[in-house]
Amino acid sequence: MELFVFVVAAAIILAGAVGVVVSSNPVHSALSLVATLFGIAVLFVAQEAHFLAAVQVIVYGGAIVVLFLFVIMLLGVDQAENLSTEPLTGQRPAAAVLGLATLGLTVFAFLETDPVATGARGTVAAIDESEANVYQLARAIFTDYAFAFEITSALLIIAVVGAVVLARRPASNELLPEQPEAGGRGPAGAEGKVG
Amino acid sequence: MEVTHTWYLILGALLFTIGAVGLLVRRNPLVMFMCVELMLNAVNLTFVTFSNALDDLGGQVVVFFVLVVAAAEVVVGLGIIVAILRRSPGATADDVALLKG
Repeated sequence: MELFVFVVAAAIILAGAVGVVVSSNPVHSALSLVATLFGIAVLFVAQEAHFLAAVQVIVYGGAIVVLFLFVIMLLGVDQAENLSTEPLTGQRPAAAVLGLATLGLTVFAFLETDPVATGARGTVAAIDESEANVYQLARAIFTDYAFAFEITSALLIIAVVGAVVLARRPASNELLPEQPEAGGRGPAGAEGKVG
Repeated sequence: MEVTHTWYLILGALLFTIGAVGLLVRRNPLVMFMCVELMLNAVNLTFVTFSNALDDLGGQVVVFFVLVVAAAEVVVGLGIIVAILRRSPGATADDVALLKG
C-alpha cells in the first residue's frame, strides 16, 4: 500500500515538475505546479506530517498558485513562448550538465549516508507517536521556536508593505526614464540609440 | 518492496534538479519563479523525510518556517515582476539587464 501511494505520488510530482519546465504557456506551468504541490502533500501525509500536508495544500495550492494565476491574468503574459530556439548558445547543454552534476552529487550523498546520517534518534524534539502531529508541532513552535515565530510575523508585515509599495503606480511617470513601447523588448532597443 | 527513506530523498533530489534546470533554461520570469517553488518543495520533502527518519520534530518546524518565508518571497517577487512587466510588457529575464555595466 505504501509502495502504491509512493509510486503514484512520485509520478504525479515528477510529471508536474516536468510540465512546469516544458510548458510554453505560463498558465499550463502554474497548473502543473498545482499537481506537483498536491503530490508533495500526499507524501507529507505518508510520512505522518499531517499538519504540513494541510498547510501545503492551503498555502501553496490555495494561495501561492492563485497569486501566480492572478499575475498572469492581470498582466496578460499568457502568450505562448517559443521554446524551440535557444537564446544563448550552449545554455541548454550547460544547464543539463549542471543539473546532472547536482543530481549525481545529491543522490551519491543520500546513498552514502544510508541509513540516514549517524542513525541516532533526535533528542531535542522527539516525535511522540501517541500524540497528534498538530499538537506536537504547535508545542514546538510556541515554546522552543517562539522567537523565530514572532520574527516571521514581522517578516510577513514587511513583505506586505513591500508588495504594496512595489505595486503602487507612481504618481508621475516623469521620474522614470521612458521605455520604448513599440519595439517591445525595452532596454535592447534603448541600448542601440545610446551607443 | 519496502519504501525506504532513501526513495523519498532521491525523489527530492530529482525534483530539485528539475527545478534548477528549469530556472537555468527558462526566460519567462514567472516560470522561473515557479521553478524556484519546485526547488523549495524538494527541500521541504527532504526535511520531512529526515524528520520522519530521525524521529525528530525539528524538520517539520523548519518546513513550517520555509512555508512562511516562501509566501513572503512570492508576494515580494511577484510585486517586482508586476513592476517590471508594467514598464516593459513582454520583458524576459534577458531584458532586465540595467545593472550589466
